Amino acid sequence: MTYFPEEVVEHIVDFLGSHGDRNAVSTVCKAWYQVDRLSRRSVFVGNCYAIRPERVVTRFPEMKSLTVKGKPHFADFNLVPYDWGGFAQPWIEAAARGCPGLEELRLKRMVITDDDLELLSCSFPNFKSLVLVSCEGFSTDGLAEIATYCRGLRELDLQENEVEDHGHQWLSCFPDSCTSLVSLNFACLKGEVNASALERLVARCPNLRSLKLNHSIPVESLNKILARAPHLVDLGTGSFTIDNRSETYHRLINSFFRCKSLRSLSGFWDASPFCLQAVYPICANLTVLNLSYAPAIQSADLTKLVGFCFKLQKLWVLDCIGDKGLVVVASTCKELQELRVFPSDVYGAGITAVTEEGLVAISSGCPKLNSLLYFCYQMTNAALTTVAKNCPHFTRFRLCILEPEKPDPVTNQPLDEGFGAIVRSCKNLRRLSVSGLLTDQVFLYIGMYAERLEMLSIAFAGDSDKGMVYVLNGCKNLRKLEIRDCPFGDAALLKDVAKYETMRSLWMSSCDVTLGGCKSLAAKMPRLNVEIINENDGTSESKENLSDQHKLVLCQQFTSVSNDIMFTSNDPDVCRRVRL
Amino acid sequence: MEDLDNLKATELTLGLPGIDAPEKPSPASATGSNKRSNEECCLPAAKKQVVGWPPVRSYRMNSIRVRKMEAEDSTGIYVKVGMDGAPYLRKVDLRVYKDYKELMEALNDMFKCFSLGGAEGHEESGYAITYEDKDGDWMLVGDVPWEMFISSCKRMRIMKGSEARGLSSST
Repeated sequence: MTYFPEEVVEHIVDFLGSHGDRNAVSTVCKAWYQVDRLSRRSVFVGNCYAIRPERVVTRFPEMKSLTVKGKPHFADFNLVPYDWGGFAQPWIEAAARGCPGLEELRLKRMVITDDDLELLSCSFPNFKSLVLVSCEGFSTDGLAEIATYCRGLRELDLQENEVEDHGHQWLSCFPDSCTSLVSLNFACLKGEVNASALERLVARCPNLRSLKLNHSIPVESLNKILARAPHLVDLGTGSFTIDNRSETYHRLINSFFRCKSLRSLSGFWDASPFCLQAVYPICANLTVLNLSYAPAIQSADLTKLVGFCFKLQKLWVLDCIGDKGLVVVASTCKELQELRVFPSDVYGAGITAVTEEGLVAISSGCPKLNSLLYFCYQMTNAALTTVAKNCPHFTRFRLCILEPEKPDPVTNQPLDEGFGAIVRSCKNLRRLSVSGLLTDQVFLYIGMYAERLEMLSIAFAGDSDKGMVYVLNGCKNLRKLEIRDCPFGDAALLKDVAKYETMRSLWMSSCDVTLGGCKSLAAKMPRLNVEIINENDGTSESKENLSDQHKLVLCQQFTSVSNDIMFTSNDPDVCRRVRL
Repeated sequence: MEDLDNLKATELTLGLPGIDAPEKPSPASATGSNKRSNEECCLPAAKKQVVGWPPVRSYRMNSIRVRKMEAEDSTGIYVKVGMDGAPYLRKVDLRVYKDYKELMEALNDMFKCFSLGGAEGHEESGYAITYEDKDGDWMLVGDVPWEMFISSCKRMRIMKGSEARGLSSST
């Protein structure tokens, strides 16, 4: 083999962006493993229990950016008990000991406490960026620590976290010497925020490009902020209600008019339709628009607004936009790549304003569409087939028909053929969520055609074990499989156990898997972490019967074996996770 | 019409799914129905509240529910009401009334000078109260639960005479 000096290898490897590619490089030979480990700056841990924090820190001493994901995806929907785990503490402690040069920490679905934030703020002198997505366990006191001690902080991005409100003082903790902020997102905070402290902070941070306010910031403050930060690229408005024809309203229009760089808008908490008109001057420049937290805006106003957004690439809306509104989107937003339509009335009477017609319209008007999340009450095979034909570039396709097991309302058939058309047509499909009435046939199609599929979510679907087996056999690149309320049992689970070593995780809840089946799997695959979450008060007797509702099985992959990293407590009442 | 006000399932609540779950039909109940017939047949009011379904992040669910209720509580819902033959329209705040009965009484009061007729005169005088919904369709007032009506009503029109025959609001 030709000899390459390490510096050359390192230089070449630097060009590799993706974690997968770098992981592959590290397996070629010992020399390359060393080059990769010493030069890797950005580390991604997709499952916090797959590897011990100390191991990561030891292997990558020059790490500058660490991303860790904790709870399984279905935790978003209350399917994982509150105290399951996913704690940030061991990661921050390990990094504090082994990688003091850390600059960026990104956590998703993890539990992080105020103490953790305090440790973080004091342990990394070059710390620049903290991104927390769907996390919990902390309060505004923890944010105060970050604000106070992270000199040179560039980014504080809080996305959809549950944050306890202990007052508004945290924002005032940014010292006068803090001028480095580029991105600040506190939209998810429920409490008051000191508006004048915010105005002063914005005024002294000339590089601020992304700012997302929470609902407590009134429009008067927004005006002052926009006046100080006309170079904003990404804005999340605060409370967006103002009196008709007031001075404030006119100032707002002027403020927006001056923000020539604004490309992304979100927020609109409490927006009234009238105030939306203030946004019209900048619509033509917008590439991202998120109106999914504005239930007070009705279809007509939404439609009018979107009608000006010619350059839109990403749109998140509520279903009150209606099929008619989606038709307007289809005829206006020719650059659209991502669309998410959320339900506005989840406990309502079974009628949404969007149906398959809206989706078909979008598919025919927006050929660049590659990412979809669509909640509706009905879908037809014909519509899905049309969508598949119009949009072969889907990489992410998530369709949620709100009523479980609902068939095609026109033909009364399952939706197997429709989803089959999608997987046949969309050769680059990486993520798929299916819904509606589905038999094993759809899984046969998925196994046959979805070659690039990495993540599959299934609920209330399938007839027998065959369905799950088709998927496990067929999808060569499958990494995450999550299943709930499907008739898949031990036979399917145990059919091809080696498959799980190529995957990041498997989730099964309310299926036909038994405790015996899980034990069998654990025995066959000692390197896998097979875990059962027992929600019946932790009494050991009830562990035996896995066919109860809410009994969950989780398979994760180890790269190093450790007996103690799974459990958060030795108290049998608290610890409801049983590793087999 | 009295029963419509009591349909618990369409009340907005802040409860988590599974709490106060009403009696449940099977999930695969609606077959061969399109949007229109969903409204006509009895509403699937007692939907089984499945844990973790629909798959919407709890952060988002809570946010929408709270915002929607705040928005609805704070602002009045003013809609125009016109009557055939009347020279001018009126405006009513639907928030002010708690059910169809109160609304009807108020409309009676408003339009009696245009000989709408008293409460007893419903059938004989042959009028129908209709409204335009969010989709632009004209619907008969009284079919859907009150809460749903006030959230979808854009304006109302009182039809009289031959147009109204067979559409009497009281049936």
